[in-house]
Amino acid sequence: MSSDHSVDKLVMMANQMGRFFTPQRGGDTVGAITNHINRFWEPRMRIAIAAHLAKGGAGLDGPVREAVGRLKEAKVPEKGLSA
Amino acid sequence: MSLVHEIDYGTPVSKSAETVKLTIDGNQVTVPAGTSIMRAAMDAGIQVPKLCATDSVDAFGSCRLCLVEIAGRAGTPASCTTPVAPGMVVSTQTERLKQVRKGVMELYISDHPLDCLTCAANGDCELQDMAGAVGLRDVRYGYAGENHLKLEKDESNPYFTFDASKCIVCSRCVRACEEVQGTFALTIQGRGFDSKVSAGMLSDDFLSSECVSCGACVQACPTATLSEKSLIEIGQPEHSVVTTCAYCGVGCSFKAEMRGEELVRMVPYKDGKANRGHSCVKGRFAWGYANHKERVLNPMIRESIDQPWREVSWDEAIGRVASEFKRLQEKHGRLAIGGITSSRCTNEETYLVQKLVRGGFGNNNVDTCARVCHSPTGYGLSTAFGTSAGTQDFDSVEHSDVILIIGANPTDAHPVFASRMKKRLRAGAKLIVVDPRRTDIVRMPHIEAQYHLPLRPGTNAAILNALAHTIVTEGLVNEAFVREYCDRDAFEHWAAFVSEPQNSPETVGVMAGVSPEDIRGAARLYATGGNGAIYYGLGVTEHSQGTTTVMAIANLAMVTGNLGKQGVGVNPLRGQNNVQGACDMGSFPHELTGYRHISDDATRTMFEKLWGRPLDHEPGLRIPNMFDAAIDGVFKGLYVQGEDILQSDPNTVHVVKALQAMECVVVQDLFLNETANYAHVFLPGSTFLEKDGTFTNAERRINRVRKVMTPKNGMGDWEITLAIAKAMGFEMPYSHPSEIMDEIAALTPTFAGVSYDLLDKVGSVQWPCNEKAPLGTPVMHIGGFVRGKGNFMITEYVPTDERTGSRFPLLLTTGRILSQYNVGAQTRRTDNVVWHGEDVLEIHPQDAELRGVRDGDWVKVDSRAGGTALRAQITDRVAPGVVYTTFHHPDTQANVITTDFSDWATNCPEYKVTAVQVTPSNGPSEWQREYNAQAEHSRRIAAKIAAE
Ligand code: SF4
Ligand code: SF4
Ligand code: SF4
Ligand code: FES
Repeated sequence: MSSDHSVDKLVMMANQMGRFFTPQRGGDTVGAITNHINRFWEPRMRIAIAAHLAKGGAGLDGPVREAVGRLKEAKVPEKGLSA
Repeated sequence: MSLVHEIDYGTPVSKSAETVKLTIDGNQVTVPAGTSIMRAAMDAGIQVPKLCATDSVDAFGSCRLCLVEIAGRAGTPASCTTPVAPGMVVSTQTERLKQVRKGVMELYISDHPLDCLTCAANGDCELQDMAGAVGLRDVRYGYAGENHLKLEKDESNPYFTFDASKCIVCSRCVRACEEVQGTFALTIQGRGFDSKVSAGMLSDDFLSSECVSCGACVQACPTATLSEKSLIEIGQPEHSVVTTCAYCGVGCSFKAEMRGEELVRMVPYKDGKANRGHSCVKGRFAWGYANHKERVLNPMIRESIDQPWREVSWDEAIGRVASEFKRLQEKHGRLAIGGITSSRCTNEETYLVQKLVRGGFGNNNVDTCARVCHSPTGYGLSTAFGTSAGTQDFDSVEHSDVILIIGANPTDAHPVFASRMKKRLRAGAKLIVVDPRRTDIVRMPHIEAQYHLPLRPGTNAAILNALAHTIVTEGLVNEAFVREYCDRDAFEHWAAFVSEPQNSPETVGVMAGVSPEDIRGAARLYATGGNGAIYYGLGVTEHSQGTTTVMAIANLAMVTGNLGKQGVGVNPLRGQNNVQGACDMGSFPHELTGYRHISDDATRTMFEKLWGRPLDHEPGLRIPNMFDAAIDGVFKGLYVQGEDILQSDPNTVHVVKALQAMECVVVQDLFLNETANYAHVFLPGSTFLEKDGTFTNAERRINRVRKVMTPKNGMGDWEITLAIAKAMGFEMPYSHPSEIMDEIAALTPTFAGVSYDLLDKVGSVQWPCNEKAPLGTPVMHIGGFVRGKGNFMITEYVPTDERTGSRFPLLLTTGRILSQYNVGAQTRRTDNVVWHGEDVLEIHPQDAELRGVRDGDWVKVDSRAGGTALRAQITDRVAPGVVYTTFHHPDTQANVITTDFSDWATNCPEYKVTAVQVTPSNGPSEWQREYNAQAEHSRRIAAKIAAE
């Protein structure tokens, strides 16, 4: 989840969400985007986009950038079988 | 075991609520008004002799065998065409009637070949039965007179024969083709002695006619005239088992008619609640793939994909899967492997694969092919209404006044449901079609859409907003419904949004290429024309705005009050047989069964307790994410059950790269499919005829699949998953799929009441099926939405990033056709190829002329993702600027061209819009040639090579 190609794709997907949630009622666009990413993205995807934000977050639209900043901290398990 | 016999009542059931009392042969009978005397007699157990009547079509009254006498009335009226009347006293058997019937039969038999002993229908011939029933003992006319005995057979249809010498011109076939199928392919030509059944014009045979090979005429024929070729070859069946078609989401019930373990024919089952006795060419006839020579029956493994396959024992193959998966997890972490469930497999099998991944692999990297078709339906409808499924049963269409079809082509993709829809349209319901192509249903015999909005691919959401704009600004809102059942704030916010000028038909029309007046007209018709029902398909979901469009559809239904009763609703037409079921069964990486999020502690704990395993609370990878992760080197092993991701997923070049990057790809399928070219383990799968289980169709109906023969590969697919789980140390002790369903029911509130016992008793049920609805729920959201108040979401139109430009000026959209199914793995291995031997590119005459392309020429189609070549078909079905193709043939690889843009909410790929250029070409492209060479190389099997 770290190649330029897949990060570009993650940025695009997050921005797509931003465009959907921005005009919705209730005003909490950032919260809605954060929630959607938390619920649907596998931890490694969240880690990759958070890392991208840490490096400046090129390409992320305004509310999306903020939403990525608020993502639940994702952990990848240690290697091995134990859950 | 014996044959499942269905009673033929002679004429269709009357739906009248009024009843009539009468006396037949001394028996008091009470039946609905409008019932024929023949049917009333049958209700009382009295079979009036008949030939031209059958209960699938309206009575015609031509054979004169069903005559009866009615006290106080002169003459001998036909019981099939005479309705009952109060107090009527009917005799079905008198001296006079006996004489007339004998006379009629004598005439029929004198012009009928007397080869009963060697006739395919011997034992199942109504003419033979009637000769017996009327006591015919001799034929006074002799057989030397003018007759039809030398007429030629029409063998052109690959599945059935028309032997004109045996025809009694009862016209049951003609009426079945008209009334049941709605194709109008057959006519009776000529008069009197010269009259005969004809398929289309005199010059036509069945194959060259309009016939779509649905089999309704064969089913209706009382003689051997129209007979299945398999029946002619094998002989009459001796037992039958009711099961469910494994092709499309209609979920038709069939009787698998058997002789021992050999399938003689599949006959549509009248009690099947989805199909009501009808079928299409796929389910009825295209089952020969089960015995195709290319079917793989032994497990195979190889160390790398450039090696030939090596046949091994089941133990060795399963052992290899387990050891590889364990190794990959040891080396690359618990999240490095995953699985894909199939919408072609049963609910039980799907459930097991997700259980294996979650419980056995210890992660949630499980997804299903529904990802690439209807995932937006789940998310969109659950946001609006609270459930991830269609709202109606199929019967509902009989009560619709306006049918709005958007992004679906039911006559090709859901043919049996389409026949029911067409019947309703012929009876007067109005039709609106929103589709870039002029699909068949727009104009066909006795049907003409009031509106066809041929929008530019990718503008669905805009058009739906414009329909809503018209409804809201012209005061057509169903205020009472909205007030009572919907969230007021959400409605107000939404109404203000759709009323904005950018959503007006005048603005949207220009951009979408549709006349604003037509948009307004269609909106008015849908809002005011009575019961309005929306049916939609992948033309809605497979877009970057798929979910938005599903929500826009839900908004439209809510604002007009078209929910919560018969005849209305939002109805996704599911592609494959078990798309609904695969979604219900917890195949999505973020959801357990019944659409409950994996992060929900209470739900997860329930599963953990029953499975005895801790479960990960984080969502797993979806199919497109798996590919990306594979290319990034963090996803290494994949178990794919019954799914050809390489051919069916978009951007083939990208998928190939992803598969090549994995170290252990396990494919479980009937054939070495395209994905298997990149696999390391091949596990032969079983067909739907070889296992027990259930499928859930597009109307949430859970239908039984019943085993009629031993699996040729040795194991049902569910048993294979159990073996893998066991080898990985995760025991799942089931001895029969019914126990799997019991577990599903125990864990899933919407399935709580489902069991094989119940299904055996009542045939089928539609979920939710639980304490509140012990026999299931045909229509949802009656008296309120599952989520509480209906939720209007804002559905702003956001154009896809896939844009046309000077390099790629045309828009490609994709679809399927009647005779083929999905990637074609099954149907291409049947005689259905006579109708569709290759995929072609539909192109408008203007675009063709501009490029110097003639009909039938090879053309190259290039997009930003890749290029392929196929033949062009010039047609004005598509608008200028739009081209269209199907994706049934691996040679064409339509998905080389499609991109990996996807729906914002669910990652459902955008198959339906790709910017392309079309140029003349000499034949297959370089890529196709290389691909085919690789495929051939990859499919080698070591033992077979040695033998050659
Ligand atoms: S097979 Fe179906 S379409 Fe063809 S003639 Fe018979 S009823 Fe009509
Ligand atoms: S083909 Fe069969 S159904 Fe059709 S008219 Fe002849 S006997 Fe009747
Ligand atoms: S309509 Fe679908 S389910 Fe019915 S027979 Fe055809 S393919 Fe099978
Ligand atoms: S069955 Fe009634 S006239 Fe033929």
